[in-house]
Amino acid sequence: MPFGLALRRKTQAGFDAFGSINLKERKRVELSGGQILVECLKAEGVDAVFGYPGGAVLHIYDALFQQEQVKHILVRHEQGAVHMADGYARATGKPGVVLVTSGPGATNAVTGIATAHMDSIPLIVITGQVPTSLIGNDAFQEVDNVGITRPCVKHNFLVKDVRDIAITMKKAFYIATTGRPGPVVVDIPKDVTDPRVTIPFDYPASVSLRSYHPTVKGHTGQIRKAIDLIINAERPMIYSGGGVILGGASAQLTRFARLLNYPITNTLMGLGAYPASDRQFLGMLGMHGTYEANMGMHHCDVLIAIGARFDDRVTGNLAKFCPTAKIVHIDIDPASISKNVVVDVPIVGSVKSVLEEMLPLIEDAGGAKQPEALTAWWAQIAQWRDMRCLDFKTNGDVIKPQYVVQKVWEITQGDAYVTSDVGQHQMWAAQYYGFDKPNRWINSGGLGTMGFGLPAALGVKFAYPDEEVVCVTGEGSIQMCIQELSTALQYHLPVKVVSLNNRYLGMVRQWQEFFYSGRYAMSYMEALPDFVKLAESYGHVGMRIEKASDVEGALREAFAMRDRLVFMDFQTDPLENVYPMVPAGAGLNEMILV
Amino acid sequence: MENEAGALSRVAGLFSARGYNIESLCVAPTVDETLSRMTLVTRGDEQIIEQIIKQLNKLIDVVKVQDMADAPHIERELMLIKVQAQENSRNEVYRLAEIFRGQIIDVSESSYTIQMVGPGHKLDAFVTALGAIPVVEIVRSGALGIARGPRGMAVPEA
Ligand SMILES: Cc1cc2nc3c(=O)[nH]c(=O)nc-3n(C[C@H](O)[C@H](O)[C@H](O)COP(=O)(O)OP(=O)(O)OC[C@H]3O[C@@H](n4cnc5c(N)ncnc54)[C@H](O)[C@@H]3O)c2cc1C
Ligand SMILES: Cc1ncc(C[n+]2csc(CCOP(=O)(O)OP(=O)(O)O)c2C)c(N)n1
Ligand SMILES: [Mg+2]
Repeated sequence: MPFGLALRRKTQAGFDAFGSINLKERKRVELSGGQILVECLKAEGVDAVFGYPGGAVLHIYDALFQQEQVKHILVRHEQGAVHMADGYARATGKPGVVLVTSGPGATNAVTGIATAHMDSIPLIVITGQVPTSLIGNDAFQEVDNVGITRPCVKHNFLVKDVRDIAITMKKAFYIATTGRPGPVVVDIPKDVTDPRVTIPFDYPASVSLRSYHPTVKGHTGQIRKAIDLIINAERPMIYSGGGVILGGASAQLTRFARLLNYPITNTLMGLGAYPASDRQFLGMLGMHGTYEANMGMHHCDVLIAIGARFDDRVTGNLAKFCPTAKIVHIDIDPASISKNVVVDVPIVGSVKSVLEEMLPLIEDAGGAKQPEALTAWWAQIAQWRDMRCLDFKTNGDVIKPQYVVQKVWEITQGDAYVTSDVGQHQMWAAQYYGFDKPNRWINSGGLGTMGFGLPAALGVKFAYPDEEVVCVTGEGSIQMCIQELSTALQYHLPVKVVSLNNRYLGMVRQWQEFFYSGRYAMSYMEALPDFVKLAESYGHVGMRIEKASDVEGALREAFAMRDRLVFMDFQTDPLENVYPMVPAGAGLNEMILV
Repeated sequence: MENEAGALSRVAGLFSARGYNIESLCVAPTVDETLSRMTLVTRGDEQIIEQIIKQLNKLIDVVKVQDMADAPHIERELMLIKVQAQENSRNEVYRLAEIFRGQIIDVSESSYTIQMVGPGHKLDAFVTALGAIPVVEIVRSGALGIARGPRGMAVPEA
């Protein structure tokens, strides 16, 4: 039967004008693999797919085209698609969905997949594959997608039969979003979505896997042991991370910290899980953490780690890490526990469930038991705070990058969604934009992927068109995915790009200044484009700001243009450094301050 | 683990990506043909072994992990070894094979092929005992393990 005919007939029977399945007729309707895939997405409540077409996914695109419920955002590079879906996922907590073609489409997506994997972000990445009969033949645009992505996904699938699409998609969503979340790749050969092959469609209501049972509820005995340690602490410290945001447990964490009146620090990934403006918050910890947070870590007697994974950027030299502390660690992934730092009381479970179980126990115990010691501890912390480690020197009309971020915070009332790229600007955004709410700080922490910021911002803006979305970037990073300015125009995603243009790969230059006697090997960005004209040629507004006194006015003007993407090219102090800094090999108490 | 294409490479990939060593690895389907069983021999301190077990458990295709070294267990390996057996050494090879309870499974005028089963160190001992007798080829299966006592390894329900 000629292909078009078969399809037309099918779209008439059982489909309404928008190509949605008429429920009454669902049982009778037979669907092609492409249509089934789209129906699976609808069944999962997916409202958007970020993607880029190509030969191997044409059947799927054809099915997408004939319905309106699932929107498709056409990116300009597959890496952008994955970062967009990732930004969407980080802001909403829902899984992001990507669709790319085989071969180069899939390989272009790999950086994005690895980025999501390192930060435990739930994504479903559908990659096209050559027809099953050609797999292994070095066919046109064939790569082993499952093989290439294996080390950077939570799981992946190759679907070899149209009858397996629905169950595989169900498993994919289940795996991506439960336990420790992560990206799942579903590789689909072209013949599996062939419109000429149709079968009845039924989406499974639930799925269970004998080899996958994430632990949600913490062990009661361990929880009691932990509570005993926690309430009797004299110099406690709460160290919480991305797990609190992933687990939607910011309210529980806040209650926990307040009930105990204990100091709290967040990792880069955890910012916003506890309100930055709160008295108990000591700022970020780690390599570029605050003096008070790092000193607090070093001197505490009980460390309460919540949804954080003791990353090397956080611990510094392991041999010098928290020398006097007993450690409680709550994490949903047993493999995160005692991986880098051996802990005293491990609790495997979701932060939300474990904290909810802990709160009444703390209340029943009457809160913390060492009020005098705690008062002394807070006095010590106040002294560390007096170092004012985030103060920076201004210098006439030279634009200080920290100042720009502070002003962005002021103008957006601390309530914007802020994405960033990777480098010094990322650290300044983290240090100077105080996040009071979770899911608002969106950056690549684990992989540190330059190019993440702009597409991630577009993904957030797509999810929340009425919210202010800012991308803090550098002139190096922005050029890694700048083509997405075009996507922003097409889908009307008016984010604000704040580029802290120091004419250097600043983070690299800083290391070269500190550790390579100032030999700035290949860290100067020569031949930069005129970003104003570039933004304009993409149909947006460009601004170049050269003087400190112009910063606030420019920002106000830009943010007043609610409907336009404005690219702000701030010419910042080229030699500014990120402080404090814990150099490699040092302990957290051995910071370079200025 | 699930008897699925790719399950083995997930395990092998995990070991190479994380820098764990694999001394031997042996895998085959079980009676339940949706499952296959892998016996893997690795070395590391307590913390590394703990991480390896946790990381293996994280693999979606891995149904159950058991550290055999935790409890009394039996370890067996199969070796096929072809040695030169000329006039003067034929008797000696035959005698050694007897002592080690090997079986001669192939014979030519200049060689014997012996099949031997046992824990790895016993197979090593046999090779050492051959002394100056030239070995043509050795194939070893890698270790298989099973717990002592009445209990079998239970597989969790879906
Ligand atoms: C240039 C640069 C500089 C950096 N400098 C710093 C720095 O100074 N300080 C810093 O902190 N980081 C820094 N990072 C980031 C760092 O590399 C890590 O990404 C980060 O520290 C990890 O954060 P996390 O421990 O919160 O873990 P995440 O990667 O967010 O992992 C989350 C943890 O929570 C667990 N989890 C997930 N869901 C749940 C749940 N529902 N319940 C319980 N547990 C859950 C996971 O199993 C995992 O262990 C920097 C990165 C870059 C690129
Ligand atoms: C894709 C990628 N390549 C290289 C790096 C290494 N790297 C980390 S920060 C950085 C410099 C970033 O420069 P820029 O975007 O201008 O930011 P700045 O540090 O100047 O604020 C580089 C090259 C990286 N993180 N990602
Ligand atoms: Mg720069």
